Amino acid sequence: MFLKKSMIRFLTKFSVVFASLFLLSSNLALAAWGLNMTQGVTPISQDVYNMHMTSLYVVTIIGILVFSVMFWSIFQHRKSKGVKPAKFSHSTTVEIIWTLIPFAIIVALAIPATKLLARMDDTSKSEITIKATGYQWKWKYDYIDEDITIYSNLAADSVDASQKNSGIDPKTADNYLRNTDTALVLPVGKKIRIMTTASDVIHAWWVPDLGWKRDAIPGFINDNWTVINKEGVYRGQCAEICGKGHGYMPIVVKAVPEKEYTAWVQETKVALNSKQDSGDKVLSMDDLKSKGAAVFKANCQACHQANGQGIKGVFPAIDGSPLANLKENIPAHIHQVIYGKGIMPAFGEQLSDTDIASVITFTRNNWGNKTGDIIQPKDVLASRKK
Amino acid sequence: MYLVFSLIMFFIGGSMAMIIRAELFQPGLQFVDPQFYNSMVTVHALVMIFGAVMPAGVGLANWMIPIMIGAPDMALPRMNNMSFWIMPFAFALLLSTLFMDGGGPAGGWTMYPPLVLQTGKAFPFLIFAVHFLGISSIMGAINIIATVFNMRAPGMTLMRMPLFVWTWVITAFLLIASLPVLAGAVTMLLTDKYFGTSFFSAAGGGDPVLFQHIFWFFGHPEVYILALPAFGIISQIIPTFARKPLFGYASMVYATASIAILSFFVWAHHMFTVGLPINGELFFMYATMLIAVPTGVKVFNWIATMWKGAMTFEAPMLFALAFVVLFTIGGFSGLMLGITPVDFQYHDTYFVVAHFHYVLLTGAIFALMASAYYWLPKWTGNMYDEKLGKIHFWASAISANVLFFPQHFLGLAGMPRRIPDYSVQFADFNMISSLGGFAYGISQLLFVYIVVKCVLGGKKATGQVWDGARGLEWTLSSPPPYHSFSKPPKVTKALMEY
Ligand code: HEM
Ligand SMILES: [Cu+2]
Ligand SMILES: [Cu+2]
Repeated sequence: MFLKKSMIRFLTKFSVVFASLFLLSSNLALAAWGLNMTQGVTPISQDVYNMHMTSLYVVTIIGILVFSVMFWSIFQHRKSKGVKPAKFSHSTTVEIIWTLIPFAIIVALAIPATKLLARMDDTSKSEITIKATGYQWKWKYDYIDEDITIYSNLAADSVDASQKNSGIDPKTADNYLRNTDTALVLPVGKKIRIMTTASDVIHAWWVPDLGWKRDAIPGFINDNWTVINKEGVYRGQCAEICGKGHGYMPIVVKAVPEKEYTAWVQETKVALNSKQDSGDKVLSMDDLKSKGAAVFKANCQACHQANGQGIKGVFPAIDGSPLANLKENIPAHIHQVIYGKGIMPAFGEQLSDTDIASVITFTRNNWGNKTGDIIQPKDVLASRKK
Repeated sequence: MYLVFSLIMFFIGGSMAMIIRAELFQPGLQFVDPQFYNSMVTVHALVMIFGAVMPAGVGLANWMIPIMIGAPDMALPRMNNMSFWIMPFAFALLLSTLFMDGGGPAGGWTMYPPLVLQTGKAFPFLIFAVHFLGISSIMGAINIIATVFNMRAPGMTLMRMPLFVWTWVITAFLLIASLPVLAGAVTMLLTDKYFGTSFFSAAGGGDPVLFQHIFWFFGHPEVYILALPAFGIISQIIPTFARKPLFGYASMVYATASIAILSFFVWAHHMFTVGLPINGELFFMYATMLIAVPTGVKVFNWIATMWKGAMTFEAPMLFALAFVVLFTIGGFSGLMLGITPVDFQYHDTYFVVAHFHYVLLTGAIFALMASAYYWLPKWTGNMYDEKLGKIHFWASAISANVLFFPQHFLGLAGMPRRIPDYSVQFADFNMISSLGGFAYGISQLLFVYIVVKCVLGGKKATGQVWDGARGLEWTLSSPPPYHSFSKPPKVTKALMEY
């Protein structure tokens, strides 16, 4: 009698704990973001969420059943209760049953999963095509139909706060490490095809609210699609290790109504055009240096470091280097920034002549480098033409 | 020797984990640079896998298999010696890279190109360390196979062998089949970097994804190389402390073999997001889910072994029971990860980190801890301190869950793995996880103390040690004589039974 009572007490406690965990997890499902997977803002992300919850319920129930039996046995069949051990050592029937039941459960899970996968795979009939290219460490977005190319870097306040022992509280940075200088702007309600690729190493493009992630692989293009149902800003991060800046290449998608999107496209085109013809502008040393400092922070600092010392054995120092100090190396310096070298990317495509002129002037006149050289946009243009 | 070495490696890898968890304790970068962080993550994994878990498994095999099958020693003692001494050398190579210009390897233990080709001076050291570790493991595996097939005592038929021996034979075949593949893959990396080949570079007509296929063709069997010996250990311990024969011995052997075979057909479940054709993704999804069936059989058999036994709960049994529960939780998240469309969300997040630590730490390492307590009295002739052992168990089991359970939530909430710093919305669970990590780390010091204390002295152990234990090793004195069985014992059915 005593045995029975303590066992019942135990089992009630046990099932209360498990049941509350179980309920908790479904409540949290409603609370979404934070403890559980997001339901997201696309039809697919909703389906993925449902599939996730189904499998979570299945394993929770199996877990409760299996572990209850085990704990029952642990509390009942102990030597201290004076039980004599049984002698049985197998039972073919039982063994066949518990091979077949898991098999059936797996088939039941695999069927909806197969259907969902087929739906995710179908990129046909998309209305807008975006190409997302991963760089160490930023994203480039090409709007294929619009002839727009934008680059998306980690936002400046996050860059500052993320320096080692910066003394800046990450909470004060706007969406710390999940905010960019330029967002990927997309219209709601349209089927958008998103191709992923990369220029240097493998990255992965992931916005949880869209319901999937996909690798961005140099030399290959992966095809994906989405339809965003709700306006809003959706954030994600690179999900494949891509070097030291891997934690610092966020993705921000801004979903806007179609009208607003069309307006944005026009504006951006105008802005990009004006950026290209820097013409014969002549800038002062101070202007070049201050602009150059900003360009350096966004593009160069991750490798060459804020103090221009680089990282020994991997990224060479600029401070004191012959390339950035000797007069006769000015053309080579410009050339290397435009066309890249080894693992250093070619910046010619992503930076304007003014940007490149500024950052070169900045690096030749900062830290220990005191050349006094001034590089103008037209020098860069000349180098591009060669 | 192996065991001492792997314990040292466990602590080296563990201190790297402590550095990782200290950096992740709060958002913001406090202690290390991102590059060094990445090399900690990479070397931590290599040290734990190749330095702690694998050598510990081989060490147990070398020590226990001859005794369990009634042989005087391993078949090829000289090979054994060489296989051991390669390891400290290989790890000296690997660890020395942390002090080189450019730092240690930092592309993850998976060594994906093109990223891994950006490694500095450490690169050739990484490749050769992997080569040496591979050679060492293959020699160990050959020795185990030779011993089991040639040196069994009369009457020790294959289907009478203890399960630990069975799981090791199957593991040895996995090692021999998969490690050369890894060696080939890293050699191709080496020639890509230094000799102008472009196996893995799209610019030269190669394919970076090809490396991933080759790597995981080795890599998935590798996780079973870590797990199968653990299954064997658990299958020895539960019957002992339930005082009842192992339920479904034959189905255990068949389940182990089917897991091993299936493990060669599921590699691409690590690559669902690389953009495989849909038919490929479906094949690997089905195959992966299928592995849950034989794994389920094993869990059910362990529970059926406990059923109607007369259980006692010494430290080895506690670790074994925790293994059954926690490894199963890791199996559950594994099943979820196997569902391709949902894996597109889980992949490369902390959900995965939680998953593989449930199967590796509360799985493989807990089983190794269980085996240490189980056989320590046999090895040393002294009983360990049971009370301290129990404290060590509870401290480990609780802290490991505080450490890894919240990581499920982090992954679902969107935190990628292998990042040194994170958005403030992930702060709370990371802090909990780090606290669990420090507690786990400290608890393991207790283990060293218990082992040292037991080696130095303690209550004398009998030959039998555990009243419920069966098998040849318990017929010898504790500690066993130098050449365990100089005269082959006669193995009868009754000796192995209850
Ligand atoms: C002392 C307890 C341990 C702690 C606190 C710990 C912690 C961690 C952490 C924080 C990561 C980095 C995750 C990421 O950002 O991707 C990691 C990675 C990893 N750990 Fe552990 N770990 C421990 C023990 C182990 C053990 C015993 C094993 C294997 C037997 C292991 C295998 C791995 C593997 C394979 C990785 C993946 C590395 C990679 O991403 O390349 N860990 N661990
Ligand atoms: Cu990345
Ligand atoms: Cu796998």
